[in-house]
Amino acid sequence: MSISLLTFYLFSSILLLSSLMVISTKNPVHSVLFLILAFLNAAGIFVILHAEFLAMILIIVYVGAVAVLFLFVVMMLDFKTSLEKDNILQYMPIGLLIGLVFIAELVIVLINTRLDLSNIQILSNPLDNFSDQSNTEAIGSILYTNYVLYFQLSGVILLVAMVGSIVLTLRDREGVKRQIVSEQVDRKGKIELVDVKSGEGVDI
Amino acid sequence: MIELNQFLILSALLFSIGVIGIFLNRKNVIIILMSIEIILLAVNINLIAFSHFLNDLTGQIFSLFVLTVAAAEAAIGLAILVIYNRNAGSIEIEKINTLKG
Repeated sequence: MSISLLTFYLFSSILLLSSLMVISTKNPVHSVLFLILAFLNAAGIFVILHAEFLAMILIIVYVGAVAVLFLFVVMMLDFKTSLEKDNILQYMPIGLLIGLVFIAELVIVLINTRLDLSNIQILSNPLDNFSDQSNTEAIGSILYTNYVLYFQLSGVILLVAMVGSIVLTLRDREGVKRQIVSEQVDRKGKIELVDVKSGEGVDI
Repeated sequence: MIELNQFLILSALLFSIGVIGIFLNRKNVIIILMSIEIILLAVNINLIAFSHFLNDLTGQIFSLFVLTVAAAEAAIGLAILVIYNRNAGSIEIEKINTLKG
């Protein structure tokens, strides 16, 4: 058994086990931590498939941003779910049935068929064109040329997501003291000027 | 040498785990969001496996866009979750029945 096959089995078994743990643990914090483990192992699978750039992006975007976002939400909101009794048995039969049928169909088809990709000639960006470049260079050289519109569109999607989540969670709280600069600068009506007579002083 | 079918079976299993997670979980919306992330990860593995075995780079580009959409979806979903928890005081799925659907 070759080293690459061994690493593939290592990464994929940990990936499957940790994603099973994501959906089966009671504590949401544990779920998020297992999700991080699953993403790390998926990055390993990507490295086996020679997609180094996407592996690193997966670690940076998912583990560094999305999973930490999940962790923040789980930890900062007080979800009152753990106290009530669990009624998972109510939905266990139908869920398992659908899932097992799904798994059986896909795996039976995939085990019994051999996809022959050798005579497919519809490649749009064959890797042979980029044989002297690294993976990152190759992705960049077509992402910013052939796919620049899609690239900008994904930027717009991220902008909409950012604006949307800010607008959704924005709220005005009662009783918060803010600095109002215009009132602070405007001195009319706030300050009284008094002529003080000599030797008499003034009552404040 | 690893074959394409092994990656496809891995991706199918991962996808099914995500689907089962959506069905089994009736407590917590946040687990459902994580199941959707797992499903999108399975799709990405599929795309990258075909990209590698077809010797073509397009799958990796597509996977990059899937990653972008997944990140945006997670952000919006968590924002909705936060305001729903603020308004209703709970995110249990069985209690989210305002629309009587």
